[in-house]
Amino acid sequence: MSMPRSQLIALALMAAFFLLAPLLLYPIFLMKAMCFALFACAFNLLIGFGGLLSFGHAMFLGTAGYAAAHSAKVWGFPPEFAILFGTAAAALLGLVTGLLAIRRQGIYFAMTTLALAQMIYFFYLQAPFTGGEDGIQAVPRGTLFGILDLSNIWAMYGTVFVIFMAGFLLVYRTIHSPFGQVLKAIRENEPRALSLGYDVNRYKMLAYLLSATLAGLAGATKALVFQLASLTDAHWSMSGEVVLMTLLGGLGTVFGPVVGAFIIITMENYLAQLGAWVTISQGIIFVICVLTFRRGVIGEIGNFLKKPL
Amino acid sequence: MTEIFGVPTQALFGQLLIGLINGSFYALLSLGLAVIFGLLNIINFTHGAQYMMGAFCAYVLATKLGIGYWWSLAIVPLVVGATGVIIERLMLAKLYKLDHLYGLLLTFGLALIIQGLFRNQYGTSGLPYSMPEALAGGKNLGFMFLPNYRAWVIVASLIVCLGTWFVIERTKLGAYLRAATENPALVQAFGINVPRMITLTYGFGVALAALAGVMAAPIYQVSPQMGADLIIVVFAVVVIGGMGSILGSILTGFGLGIIEGLTKVFYPEASNTVIFVIMAIVLMIKPAGLFGAQK
Repeated sequence: MSMPRSQLIALALMAAFFLLAPLLLYPIFLMKAMCFALFACAFNLLIGFGGLLSFGHAMFLGTAGYAAAHSAKVWGFPPEFAILFGTAAAALLGLVTGLLAIRRQGIYFAMTTLALAQMIYFFYLQAPFTGGEDGIQAVPRGTLFGILDLSNIWAMYGTVFVIFMAGFLLVYRTIHSPFGQVLKAIRENEPRALSLGYDVNRYKMLAYLLSATLAGLAGATKALVFQLASLTDAHWSMSGEVVLMTLLGGLGTVFGPVVGAFIIITMENYLAQLGAWVTISQGIIFVICVLTFRRGVIGEIGNFLKKPL
Repeated sequence: MTEIFGVPTQALFGQLLIGLINGSFYALLSLGLAVIFGLLNIINFTHGAQYMMGAFCAYVLATKLGIGYWWSLAIVPLVVGATGVIIERLMLAKLYKLDHLYGLLLTFGLALIIQGLFRNQYGTSGLPYSMPEALAGGKNLGFMFLPNYRAWVIVASLIVCLGTWFVIERTKLGAYLRAATENPALVQAFGINVPRMITLTYGFGVALAALAGVMAAPIYQVSPQMGADLIIVVFAVVVIGGMGSILGSILTGFGLGIIEGLTKVFYPEASNTVIFVIMAIVLMIKPAGLFGAQK
C-alpha cells in the first residue's frame, strides 16, 4: 500500500510520540490511552467508513475484558492466549449481535445495538463469573510467549504499543482496500451500491465483525494492563464515550480517533476528582462538536492543510 | 392460598400490577419518542433526562413552593415542555439538513449535561415524594390489594395515550401533523407554518415525558439516574413496536410491561433482559417491528 506523505508523517509522529512519551508521562496512563485509541479506531471503522452508528460498542470491550481476565486468572492462560481468547469472545458476540443489528438501518441500528449491549450488561451484572460490582480483580499479567515477564512495566508497555500499532495498521489497510472502498460506497448511497450488485449486508456484516474484533482486542489488552475487568467497561456510558472520542477527533479520519481518545482520557484524568463534572463536560463537548465542529480536530487540521489525515 | 401454575395468586397479580405500571411509563415515553420521531426524524435521547426533570420539577414545586401533586400535573409539563421548545429552537433546528444521527448525538450530549447537573445538585440517592392524599390507601379486590395511586397511574396514562392518539389520528390539527410528516414542503406551501409546528411537536413530546415523570415521582424515588436506564428499555420497546403507528407504541408499551411483570414471577433472573430478548426475536422475524413499515 502506498500512503500519502501527509499520513506517513503523521504515522511517524504518532509512533514517535508513544515511544518517547513515557519519559514524561505515566506509562499506565499512556497504555490506557493506547487501548482506548485502538477501541476508537475500531469504532470509527464502522461509523466513519461504513456509516453505521453503533451505540453498543462497550459490549465488545467489556466481553473481551471479562474473557481475557477469566481465562488468565481462573484457567491460567498465558497472556497471548488470554488476549486471543478475549478477542475471539468479542468476535463471536459481534457475529451474533451483528446478524440481528444489521437488519435495521440508521437510527434503528443505533437503538438496536444500544439495547443489545444493555442486555449483555445485565447478563454480566448477574452472572457469577464476573464478580458483579467488584469485577475480576488481580488478574495475573503472566509471561508473554514464556519469555517476556509482563509484570515489568516496560515489557507491558512495549506489548501494548505493538498491539496498538498492529491494530491501527490493520484498520488503515482495511479502509484503503477494495473492501473499504465498497464500504464507503455503501455509506454514501446504499441503494446505488446494491444496484451495482454488491451484497450490501455482507459488507456491513464484515465491517461490523472486524470492528467488534478489534474493539475486543483493545478490551482484552486493557484487562491485562489494569489487571481488572469490571462492569464499567460494559456500561452504556462507555459506548457513549467511544462515540465522543471519535466525534471529537474526527469521524472518518484515520488519526482522529487516536487524538480524540487521548484528549478524552486526559480530560477524565484531570477532572476525575470533580465527580459529575466529567459527565457534564463530556456532554458539552458532544453538543459543541455536533453544532459547530462536525469535522473534529483532525478533520479540521486536514481541511486546513488540504491533506487527508 | 390459591395458586396458578404453582405461583400464589397474590404474587402473580402483584407482579402483573407492577408490570402494568411499568407498561404505562413505557407507553407514555415511547409515544413521546414516536411523535417526535414522526415529524423531526430525530430520536430524542434526552427523553429519559426530561422524564427525570419532570419528577424533579414536581419535587421542587412541592418542597420549595408547597405546590401539590395535582397542580404539578399541569404546571410541570408546561415548564419542562418550554425548555424543550428552547432546545429545539436553539439547537435541533440547526440539524434538520444533516444526517439524522447528529440529532441522536446532540440529544445524547444534552442528556449527559442535564443528568450531570442534577447529580451535582441533588446527589445520587433517591428523594421521596409523597403521594396525594386523595389517592392514599387502596382497595381489597378479594384476590389482591390494589393501591389507589397505582390504579390512577394506569387509568391516567391510558387516557393521555388515547387522547394523543385521538388528536393525531382524528382531528384537523393531527391531519396537518401527519401531512407534514409525509411531505413538509407541500404542507408549507399550503400556508401552514411547519417550523412552528415542529417546535411545538417537540415541546409536546417533551411535555409527555415530563408528565410521566410527575406520575412516577410518588412510585419510584426521585433521582438523577431514574431516566437513564429506563430510556434504553424504551428504545427497545420502540424497536419492537416500530414507530409507524401511535396505537402500536401504546399497545407495545403496555404489553411489554405485562410480559416483564410475568417474567418476574416465573423466571426472575431474566426480568431485566426479557424485553431485549423479545427485541432480538422480533428483529429476526419482522425486522421493521410489529407495527412498523420499513423506511
